[in-house]
Amino acid sequence: MSHMPELVIRDLHVAVEGKEILKGLSLEVKKGEIHALMGPNGSGKSTLANTIMGHPRYEVTSGDIQFKGESVLEMEADERSRKGLFLAFQYPVAIPGLSVANFLRTALNARLGVAETNGSGAVPRKKGIAPKEFRALLREKMALLKMDESFAGRYLNEGFSGGEKKRAEILQMAVLRPEISVMDETDSGLDIDALRIVAEGVNALAGSDMGVLLITHYQRILNYIKPQFVHVMIDGRIVHSGGSELALELESKGYDWVRDKEEVQS
Amino acid sequence: MSTAPTTGIREGYEEKYGFHDADHYVFRSRKGLDKEIVAQISEMKGEPRWMRDYRLKALEIFERKPLPNWGGNVAEIDFQDIYYYVKPTSEEAKTWEDVPADMKRTFDKLGIPEAEQKFLSGVGAQYDSEVVYHKIQEKLEKQGVIFLSADQGLKEHEELFKQYFGTVIPSTDNKFAALNSAVWSGGSFIYVPKGVQVDVPLQAYFRINTKDMGQFERTLIIVDEDAWVHYVEGCTAPNYASDSLHSAVVEIIVKPRARCRYTTIQNWSNNVYNLVTKRAVAYRDATMEWVDGNLGSKLTMKYPSVYLMEPGAHGEILSIAFAGKGQHQDAGGKVIHAAPHTSSKIVSKSISKDGGRAGYRGLIKVAKGAIDSRSTVNCDALILDEASRSDTYPSMEIEEDQVTIGHEATVSKIGDEQLFYLQSRGINKDEAAAMIVSGFIEPIVKELPMEYAVEMNRLIQLQMEGSVG
Repeated sequence: MSHMPELVIRDLHVAVEGKEILKGLSLEVKKGEIHALMGPNGSGKSTLANTIMGHPRYEVTSGDIQFKGESVLEMEADERSRKGLFLAFQYPVAIPGLSVANFLRTALNARLGVAETNGSGAVPRKKGIAPKEFRALLREKMALLKMDESFAGRYLNEGFSGGEKKRAEILQMAVLRPEISVMDETDSGLDIDALRIVAEGVNALAGSDMGVLLITHYQRILNYIKPQFVHVMIDGRIVHSGGSELALELESKGYDWVRDKEEVQS
Repeated sequence: MSTAPTTGIREGYEEKYGFHDADHYVFRSRKGLDKEIVAQISEMKGEPRWMRDYRLKALEIFERKPLPNWGGNVAEIDFQDIYYYVKPTSEEAKTWEDVPADMKRTFDKLGIPEAEQKFLSGVGAQYDSEVVYHKIQEKLEKQGVIFLSADQGLKEHEELFKQYFGTVIPSTDNKFAALNSAVWSGGSFIYVPKGVQVDVPLQAYFRINTKDMGQFERTLIIVDEDAWVHYVEGCTAPNYASDSLHSAVVEIIVKPRARCRYTTIQNWSNNVYNLVTKRAVAYRDATMEWVDGNLGSKLTMKYPSVYLMEPGAHGEILSIAFAGKGQHQDAGGKVIHAAPHTSSKIVSKSISKDGGRAGYRGLIKVAKGAIDSRSTVNCDALILDEASRSDTYPSMEIEEDQVTIGHEATVSKIGDEQLFYLQSRGINKDEAAAMIVSGFIEPIVKELPMEYAVEMNRLIQLQMEGSVG
């Protein structure tokens, strides 16, 4: 059944500290779809990911990002998140002293529209998820990602290995259930076992309820996650789009092939 | 005046703590400080001669000693513009029903009777200069535990009181210790007999109500051999335009193999000078722990200290200082290793925002002969904006070679990346900042009993309201 894509990016121009990084990028992602966005280092992939989520350092100079029919450009990151956008970070930051469980419960309650309760004794506007129910949910999602239960008590991303950090990102995605998830280089820094676990997690979550924009430098992860669409990004623009076969072609021929092709075309 | 909000983080200090009752006292000394006032206080209390003399001598010392020229600015305190003694009731009550209604309402609002029922072994409630309510569980009383106001302690156990009073902190220690020794009133007297474990905390709550007053409680705790006690104090005051003075002295004696933990959650209003001297002596294999949370006051100068007197003694100081607009928290701690095989740990976390100034001032001293002493000091500062300030003044006086001393200090700012990360999960900016701050102090908060950990996090959240642009 066709419907309006949840995420619509139109002719997006983005500057960082006055330097233009994205130079007119357009892209649409629907629930149920998996898009891979590939490109060499410095092509602007992470800029796109951070801009979609609303990082204040990235300035949209023209164009628009619409989510579920509404421009998100004036929204702060937390509002975008509560509407159903998610970003799996390439480099998740550590928050010392904040446990994974405490953090996720607060985030989930924020999504459910509950006032900040978090042990503060506040009167919630609505009842948040009950602690018992939350623990069961967390346990289920951690099992999916083959994470030890002790993980819930650890401080967020503090002392996590590369693989643990990425798994923690997927865990957050699993608990928060976004409608569109942008995954920024989720495969980087993972050994093959960790990569498989992360990919299985993504596959289990990506169904008709979620669309994925998978940003990657390498074809490797696409052995495990099968995108319907592959886009090639070079110098702030999508220069080529195709089906999953495009990823393999890129792998064997390299980005120069697309670059050359583009030059021939233009 | 508003009625009691018992929950909810949206009410500010003003509403929750900053209210005051109408002036309520059975006696108030005239403003100012001199021999006559000191003698009057002693006479009102019906004290023995030796205490009256002790007070008068302390007054002389106070007058002679210069103000400290370090720490915060205390030069603005006008010692003659303060009421030194405000007696709120004619006697201490043993049931809340006997506490005058408006005072009872105040303590209800602060949640004290409720806390007493739920998770405390005993409670003392001081209102201005005197303790108006005091109660300990019968079970503990039967075991010989003494938990009284310091005034009652002097009356009922004069010999024991006299044996230890002023032995840990003499009047000559510093100007404010001298002041307290001259005009002290209220505070707690605790004796835990040999081998008795008081496993549920005792609490004292200190409330200032009268404008322009000084509160000078005096606390003396003796934990006998193999005994253990946890004492908790809390404090609040109304927001008056003029300043109040709170200057306490706390002396603790921890006998061999005993353990004492003293937890403070100081939440004075921002017009209170909080200048407190706290010191413990710990004997063979004894443990003394200070957990010191400073959130309120205009200026706090407080450095809880532990003197490790015999082998095996251990001292810990966990300090949190939070300075907002117009606040200066000069907090820290001191440990003196006076015997071999002693150990200590200081963890300090300071947070400053809106132009506030918070810091750590500390001393580790290892005396000659205190071989195999070990000490670690960790000071972390979190600065929330450009206008705020953090200071670290760690001093070390190490007179012995065979020791292990570690010191680490970090200064950090709330990172944009941390905020963005939490926000990207749907958490708004203010709460994200509060979560980062709560995480920062978590290593100390997790040491608190659950109810106080919740209270501490709630207070932090209150302080963090609207703090990020």
